[in-house]
Amino acid sequence: MANIQLRNVTKTYGAVNVIKGIDLEIKRGEFMVFVGPSGCGKSTLLRLISGLESITTGDLYFDGERVNNVIPSKRGIAMVFQSYALYPHMTVYDNMAFGMKLGGSSKADMEARVRRAAGMLQIDHLLDRLPRQLSGGQRQRVAIGRAIVRDPRVFLFDEPLSNLDAALRVQTRLEIAKLHHDMRDVTMIYVTHDQVEAMTLADRICVLRDGKVEQVGTPTELYDRPNSVFVAGFIGSPKMNFLEGNFAEAHGCATLGIRSEHIDIVPEGQEMWQGRVVHTEDLGSDNYLFVDVGSGEPLIVRQPGKATIPEGTVVSLLPRPGMLHRFDAAGRPVQMPIAAQ
Amino acid sequence: MIDLLTFLFWNLLYFAAFVGITLAVVFPFYYAVLSSADRSGERTASGVFWNIVFWIVVALIVLIAIFPFYYAVLSSLETGTQLFIPNYLPQSLNPANYEAVLTRPSFVSSIVNSVFVATVTVVAALFLAVTASYALARVRFRGRGLLLLTILAVSMFPQIAVLSGLFELVNWLGIYNTPWALILSYTIFTLPFTVWVLTTFMRDLPVEIEEAAIVDGASPWVVISKVFLPLLWPALVTTGLLAFIGAWNEFLFALTFTITETRRTVPVAIALLSGASQQEIPWGPIMAASVIVTVPLIALVLIFQRKIVAGLTAGGVKG
Repeated sequence: MANIQLRNVTKTYGAVNVIKGIDLEIKRGEFMVFVGPSGCGKSTLLRLISGLESITTGDLYFDGERVNNVIPSKRGIAMVFQSYALYPHMTVYDNMAFGMKLGGSSKADMEARVRRAAGMLQIDHLLDRLPRQLSGGQRQRVAIGRAIVRDPRVFLFDEPLSNLDAALRVQTRLEIAKLHHDMRDVTMIYVTHDQVEAMTLADRICVLRDGKVEQVGTPTELYDRPNSVFVAGFIGSPKMNFLEGNFAEAHGCATLGIRSEHIDIVPEGQEMWQGRVVHTEDLGSDNYLFVDVGSGEPLIVRQPGKATIPEGTVVSLLPRPGMLHRFDAAGRPVQMPIAAQ
Repeated sequence: MIDLLTFLFWNLLYFAAFVGITLAVVFPFYYAVLSSADRSGERTASGVFWNIVFWIVVALIVLIAIFPFYYAVLSSLETGTQLFIPNYLPQSLNPANYEAVLTRPSFVSSIVNSVFVATVTVVAALFLAVTASYALARVRFRGRGLLLLTILAVSMFPQIAVLSGLFELVNWLGIYNTPWALILSYTIFTLPFTVWVLTTFMRDLPVEIEEAAIVDGASPWVVISKVFLPLLWPALVTTGLLAFIGAWNEFLFALTFTITETRRTVPVAIALLSGASQQEIPWGPIMAASVIVTVPLIALVLIFQRKIVAGLTAGGVKG
């Protein structure tokens, strides 16, 4: 329900600059994902928005109101932590009702809201249990339920899936997506280092690097038109292939990027690059060929279906037209059209 | 010179022999205790042997710990010349000593004094320590480490070193010969330990729980009382119990800061129990009094022991 604006926000711990001036607008009802490698400041940024950390300089606005000095509980936020952070000595019901109790809500009101949130997450039958009697996935659902009960303007998620195993992670991811769908006008901010979560959940992704915004955009924009080598390499799995030296110079750039699914195997003679298959990975639906074309790291080529090309084969490769990403020496995209080929 | 060397040599030899023999004797027991967990339920000959050794060790430890108290109980039930004949099994069940002790009004009032002083000390120490340790564990401020070390340094002073200063303070406050003099001095001496233990416990509580409470709208006081206190139960019980035992057993301050019989605490009262004549030490009543004042402590430990264990397992929950 809130429109969040950050104006030149910085955060320093002593002499260390963690957040180096961030300008960002998060629209009402948007699902924004902060993504980046560890130590990029994404969690710190979330904590600045939550109010758990104070902003060193700059301004933070919720719906146009400056909230720099507003305490967390008055900002209308709810937060889901990586370690669940449930109160171990309280039942699930008390965990979810704790905030309302402190706020002095009536018993009936409290009960209704807790039941509704529990119903949404299908944890009604667990309300009398203690956190230690729950599984990891159930605990995280209780933590989400506790956040829902607060009826927040802004939902903050700090790597909520990191402590879950792979199967539960997918399931809980779906539930969070559904939650976003059900609570259309609640703004959600989600921190993760996992680009798959970012791609699948986000309306818009904010890629952070070294305390600065690297690029903000929809998942498609980031995937198709990365604004830097860093973003290109960070978004997408397997990682985008990068070619340097002569390979890049041939296209008038310092670094040439191409995604694995945009390289085709062609008959000899039509190729742009040629190399030997040094390794294959079979994922069932797809298979990856690692082709050494003489540029340091092998190129990853994604082929549909099962692997049919044995290791050691020499293959001819051709990137699809228009799918090459060209970056200059500073890692920024080259705008000029491709000169000659 | 040669003399000195031979002296050193022989002493080293004695020492080595002593260490060697001690290790040789102790090690099998040590091994038995350490490996007992692995062999539970094992039915081979060596397994049974080591199990027997393990239980012998346990029995020895229990015997060494319990025997003095057992002997005090035995002695407290004997009177007259019977006291001076060694015996290891009960030979008389004469409650005369207990009657003698409990009919002295000054002794009864000293028990009341002890209970009051120890209880108030525990409450005061825990209240101050919980709030202080929250600040020391969770609030970032300049000089926190120095403050913690200072607190620790306070506990390094021997009681006798601060006795005269504390006496002046007690006089100045006008609480000489009142329970408050003891409560003040005991709290001063318990706090360093209590604060340190609770600070380490508090530091280990997940930060996220506190942050979740802050987001839920909890003030620091609510965080301490509603969230941390229930989680700190095991630590509170342990430190509270130790503070209680300390205050219950303390002698020097209790002797110095009280003057009238009715203001004394139990340890002083026992020490000053006098017999019929100057030459007689009333062993019987002393033993009876010792048993009377030890029983509450044992009861407390037994009651809370279960709580401590239960609390510790509850703390093993993630998040």
